[in-house]
Amino acid sequence: MANVIETERESKGVLTVESMLPLRFRINRVRKETHDAFTLDLEATDGAAACKFSPGQFNMLYMFGVGEVPISISGNPETPDTLVHTIRAVGPVTKALRTVKRGEFLGIRGPFGSTWPVAEAVGNDVVVVAGGIGLAPLRPAIYQLFAERERYGKIAILYGTRTPADILYRRELEQWRARFDIEVNITVDRATSNWRGNVGVVTNLIPKATFDPYNSTVLVCGPEIMMRFTITALQKRGVPLDHIYVSMERNMKCAVGFCGHCQYGPFFVCKDGPVFSFDRIKDWFYIREL
Amino acid sequence: MDTLEPILQEHPFLMGLNPGHIKLIVGCASNMRFDAGQKIFQEGEEANAFYVVRSGKVALEIYAPDRGSLIVETLGAGDILGWSWLIPPYQWHLDARVVELTRLIALDGKCLRKKCEEDHELGYELLKRFASIMEQRLEATRMQLLDLYGERD
Amino acid sequence: MKKSKELTGNIFIIERADFDALLASLIQHKYQLIGPTVRNATIELCEIGGTNDLPVGWTDAQNEGTYSLEKRNDKALFGFASGQHSWKQFLHLPTVRLWKTNANGLSTESAEEEHPDRSVAFIGARSCDLHAISIQDKIFLDSLYADRSYKLRRRDVFIVAVNCTKPGGTCFCSSMKTGPKATSSFDLALTEIINDHQHFFVTEVGTERGKEILNEIPHHAASREQVASMEELIAGASRTMGRLLNTDNIKNMLYRNYEHPRWNDVAARCLSCANCTMVCPTCFCTTIEDDTSLQGDNAERRRKWDSCFTLDFSYIHGGSVRSSVKSRYRQWLIHKLAAWIDQFGVSGCVGCGRCITWCPVGIDITKEANAIRASEKISSTT
Repeated sequence: MANVIETERESKGVLTVESMLPLRFRINRVRKETHDAFTLDLEATDGAAACKFSPGQFNMLYMFGVGEVPISISGNPETPDTLVHTIRAVGPVTKALRTVKRGEFLGIRGPFGSTWPVAEAVGNDVVVVAGGIGLAPLRPAIYQLFAERERYGKIAILYGTRTPADILYRRELEQWRARFDIEVNITVDRATSNWRGNVGVVTNLIPKATFDPYNSTVLVCGPEIMMRFTITALQKRGVPLDHIYVSMERNMKCAVGFCGHCQYGPFFVCKDGPVFSFDRIKDWFYIREL
Repeated sequence: MDTLEPILQEHPFLMGLNPGHIKLIVGCASNMRFDAGQKIFQEGEEANAFYVVRSGKVALEIYAPDRGSLIVETLGAGDILGWSWLIPPYQWHLDARVVELTRLIALDGKCLRKKCEEDHELGYELLKRFASIMEQRLEATRMQLLDLYGERD
Repeated sequence: MKKSKELTGNIFIIERADFDALLASLIQHKYQLIGPTVRNATIELCEIGGTNDLPVGWTDAQNEGTYSLEKRNDKALFGFASGQHSWKQFLHLPTVRLWKTNANGLSTESAEEEHPDRSVAFIGARSCDLHAISIQDKIFLDSLYADRSYKLRRRDVFIVAVNCTKPGGTCFCSSMKTGPKATSSFDLALTEIINDHQHFFVTEVGTERGKEILNEIPHHAASREQVASMEELIAGASRTMGRLLNTDNIKNMLYRNYEHPRWNDVAARCLSCANCTMVCPTCFCTTIEDDTSLQGDNAERRRKWDSCFTLDFSYIHGGSVRSSVKSRYRQWLIHKLAAWIDQFGVSGCVGCGRCITWCPVGIDITKEANAIRASEKISSTT
């Protein structure tokens, strides 16, 4: 992991103060995605190595004088020299991040967390179910699936968002859809009448998607309510619970398992997650205010 | 209609109905086709049919004077369209506009209503199935209502 | 300097008169002594200079939500139980500066100046607290990442443990199997024996380092009677604990009861004041604070103690996951007694009783857990 400076190797663990130290990354490109989401392309500076990561992992992004937030990595794991983060402006730090410009710097710590089981899914059908900004942490997994397309069975990408204007990575989705070997189905919660696509909840897309429920790996990411209903719909189709993976979100401060904020039952979302096999967390998922 | 019977029999909606009832329903069925842009029905019109979508896409819309038509749901192959024929005052509450060339099986609601009044068992079976569809639509609508991807207020 | 004769293994006697020499010897070896002292109407832990700083002749009366100091009728040095302080504040510092940076592209300094310049000796650590320290060792040294600040402080700590001969008012270490006798993680373990005609310390050596220090002060071998006396006193303490926590399969018991009505009951009392987490010797949660100078040209990142009882502890965009006091109390208790076992292989509770004493409304963790167990509705279906 590039950003954790190992100054002493122990039998377990490395010194943590350095993994609390952000490394300086330069912003090379700022792209507006939707009215509240934007993508930053970043590059390591000061001789630091590129941020090599696996799909599903996140970094802590530090904006000088404002604060730090956990953001999933949304780029291609094969080209880590460009670190890509798609961010939704919902709080003070992310809203401030929306004002950054090319050439400015951010502090990056990471990568942290568990990963989408792309390698483990080889030989299976793969279904990616994304809601809203949830497509961003899934995109690196999609890139990896495409990189070795022949090793997987059917691949379906099901994506639901608020309105057509909120569709993330629209051009890419259209490119993916144009492929003959991927099923891409998009729906929105509502639209004006010039929308020719689907309108309705993303769970509506599950009964009709083409995949073998008994031999599939399903990756789900979105608001927790959406994930809950998606899991019910997948269960209805017969997908075993240990083939469903979700990405959980909790308050994070340190991202290395010390501050205790991200605890979810016995799990630390920053190191046991954020990606979990649903089977592993099924006893916790329905407990309220956990 | 001989050609429609096999299609209708296969449809999950009619599964479990006894052959006599299926024959009754098939007797009220006819093939239809709509081109993109056409309206299948409009809000306020008398609801005297329901449809089984065979292929294509239908948008259920509500018209707002200041915003134009807003799509609240789209239906596609295999979906059932329309339940207002079953519940008084038998009036459509939404517009149904065809988005792309759509083929449907139309079922004569007036005819079926009469048959349901005579044969309560048929009526009960149909109501059960439509109740299930309505429940699914309601659940989905509520999820849409939550505006899950929107900003927290 | 008397040569020790080891009649009973590693156990010796230090006479009260020679106890001062023990502390003096540690000071001579450049240890900073940290021990109990009477201050602010309680017994606090802080730097001490010698025996006179200890709470000589003091004891405490503790119960749910109450603490008071009382004079003893003897001059025992360690005749009390735990105060609100634990040793955690010296190893897992309340505030640690992680780094400092300036605005022009993050030229940073790590918090090198936090490095302690002197090794520290803990005087009078109880077995429960020793277990707490080794639990925090698991968290900060044995996990995926190691914490440097903790490690630097932990490395050379000299521990003079004290075995309890009388339980404190809120203690339940025997339930948690963390005492009253210290069995490991100490350099020297003392059991104070005091009566009308004697005052001495039965001293068990735990490490080579402890042996070296002991060899510098007057001491002699312990007789079998003296050792038996010590064992009996400690066993007596174990037998007379005022509280018990049934730990039988406690993890699964609590995991089954996230929706138990008892949580509503305790929520009606809990003020979410966070006292329990501050006095608990194993609670480790922190927050990260980024501070920017008013001119906006410098920023610092600090790590500070935090508590899961605060409302924004679990804040994600839009709101807190645990917004009710009930959910926060539940989180603390189930983490402490159950989830901790999945996370670190041991219970998070060492039975020191501090949370019971220092809760302003007197909530008792043993009562709550036992109540849930007692009134659990066992489902009749499989």
